[in-house]
Amino acid sequence: MAQLSAKDQERIMTAGQWNLVWLKFRKNRVALVSGVVLIASYIAVAFSGYISPYDPDHRFLGRDFVPPQGIHFFDEDGFHFRPFVYGLTQTLDESSGRRVYAQDKTKKYPIRFFVRGDEHDLFGVESTLHVFGVETKTETEQRMAGIFLCGTDRQGRDMFTRLLYGGRVSMTVGLVGVILSVVLGTILGVTAGYFGGIVDHLTQRVIEILRGFPRIPLWMSLSAAIPADFSSKMTYFMITIIMSILSWTGLARVLRGQVLSLRNEEYVDSAILMGASHWRVIFRHLIPAVSGHIIVVSTIAVPHMILAESSLSFLGLGIRPPMVSWGALLQDGKSLVTLFYYSWLLSPALFIIAVVFCFNFLGDGLRDAMDPYSAARR
Amino acid sequence: MPESPALLRVRDLRKHFPVRSWFSRRSQGRFVRAVDGVSFDIAAGETLGLVGESGCGKTTTGRMILGLETPTSGELRLGDSPDLARLSRRDWFPYRRRVQMIFQDPYSSLNPRMTVGAIVGEALSVHRLASRRDRRDRVADLFRQVGLDPDTMDRFPHEFSGGQRQRVGIARALAVQPEVIVADEPVSALDVSIQAQIINLLQDLQRQHGVSFLFIAHDLAVVGHISRRVAVMYLGRIVELGPRQDLFESPRHPYTLALMNAVPKPRPGGQKGNRIVLEGDIPSPIDPPPGCPFHPRCPKRFEGCDRIEPRLREIAPDRFVSCRLYD
Repeated sequence: MAQLSAKDQERIMTAGQWNLVWLKFRKNRVALVSGVVLIASYIAVAFSGYISPYDPDHRFLGRDFVPPQGIHFFDEDGFHFRPFVYGLTQTLDESSGRRVYAQDKTKKYPIRFFVRGDEHDLFGVESTLHVFGVETKTETEQRMAGIFLCGTDRQGRDMFTRLLYGGRVSMTVGLVGVILSVVLGTILGVTAGYFGGIVDHLTQRVIEILRGFPRIPLWMSLSAAIPADFSSKMTYFMITIIMSILSWTGLARVLRGQVLSLRNEEYVDSAILMGASHWRVIFRHLIPAVSGHIIVVSTIAVPHMILAESSLSFLGLGIRPPMVSWGALLQDGKSLVTLFYYSWLLSPALFIIAVVFCFNFLGDGLRDAMDPYSAARR
Repeated sequence: MPESPALLRVRDLRKHFPVRSWFSRRSQGRFVRAVDGVSFDIAAGETLGLVGESGCGKTTTGRMILGLETPTSGELRLGDSPDLARLSRRDWFPYRRRVQMIFQDPYSSLNPRMTVGAIVGEALSVHRLASRRDRRDRVADLFRQVGLDPDTMDRFPHEFSGGQRQRVGIARALAVQPEVIVADEPVSALDVSIQAQIINLLQDLQRQHGVSFLFIAHDLAVVGHISRRVAVMYLGRIVELGPRQDLFESPRHPYTLALMNAVPKPRPGGQKGNRIVLEGDIPSPIDPPPGCPFHPRCPKRFEGCDRIEPRLREIAPDRFVSCRLYD
């Protein structure tokens, strides 16, 4: 604090609570970068139709298990301003019996920006525009050649495209699930702490029962109960609901404890004296006071949700084809053969890890920023 | 009690908290007798001081009058109201406006997340006393009344000093134009220099609005300054009640006498010989002593004090003592 100017000090003294949190959070570079990365990722998955070069179900004939392709700027003629990818030739590897691809340096497909391609829609806005794609001249070329930044899967579908579409499901499952569980956890936790007595007793017992259950088997049995003829959208919502049914308990417990101690603050008494209804005391005085906890706990809960969805989908109990999610994509990477020969099929795992890390860093940063005691130390 | 035009009437008010053991929720018949039969009146525009050691039930008495605590038994009336001691929270609502409180702690009594203007204005919107547009004017007016700059309305409580915060608390209590204000140790958390300012402010406001105060404190000097009448509490009961001057100059109950003696007086060498110093601690309110609750510590106890419970009786006009010495 010593090097702060008088003006800065004045600003800190008069700043509101959220201002202080922001001032402090800004100093935590890792958390800040994580936050930016996450925002960028959410934008990317939301506009995955535009950013991905193809449709997630677009198959390239004879182009299964293509390894990730490099983008080139140089060829035998030297530097090209427009980047390009090489064409592919395939041979059969006699010993393993699988296709092996090699670069065909005679064929070059320049990368073009804002091209027309497969149709996609976002909330009813249909478009054929893609941010990037390769230029092909003939019909056969169009069926065989493409840009595969993360390779292709067993059916010749572009992994990069499928990763973006899978992220749409995996990353929003976390958010939607957490929103549901925050609503449940806040209402039940705050009312339990505020009213006490029988309400508190009941909520506590329900929490204990839910927490006492082993999670994975419960998730598995609940999701196995989703009818198979449900549309993939319905399945998606059922999965989020299943996960939030179990995850509100942690938040509810934390908030109950917080409210129990806030209940003794004199300003709560004074609100009651003013004739404020229970509703008003809870929403005007108690929930704002615990909002920091709600934000931190829910940020930390998002990665758990993402992991849970991935595990379920990996086990084949969550998101089902034709919908893609990172966990569902990882199903293709189950065998040792994939691990050995087609390691790019495991790329969804990298994305899961990255997102989970980002959320954890962000949550840690927020927690530190909102803790008034650590504010005094720095 | 005389049939004075009392605004607030408290009769035989009791609050017993069940003692819960670690293992069971049942109280097994043991109770903390926090307040055990308290009766007094407060007239309109009057200040009644309530003094006693900590744990004697002053605060619980105040909280029952405010409806924050439901009395175990007894009667509580405000003007011509029904018995408030028996009302549910919802039925209390019309009387909320008429009884307000000034809190001891100027820090925990203001919501740190609301601007002071919003804190003072909240009661106005709960009771629909002012439209959204008028609210700011009303709050500004209240700020001026308690000696705060209305321009500071949009600031947060942490930007104010303890004395200023207490003024905000007073403005909040005044917002609904109450008839009775319970002030629970309103100045004990403040600097001595600020204490006087707040006391004077309370007196000014009383003169302007004719509001009655129940002034709870352990500091006899403060209570003596502001109160017209003073009640002394010991172990959940009122042991002596009377006009301030009479009670301070000629205390009748041995406990009041000891309490007066405990106040250090700035007179070097004076009064050293005949000071009464109480021995022992306050007995537990869980199992109060039989007979007079004060008898184990009383220097003037005599035969029967440990068996016969004294009653609060009027020994002179408006002068009540609960001691067998005056029977």
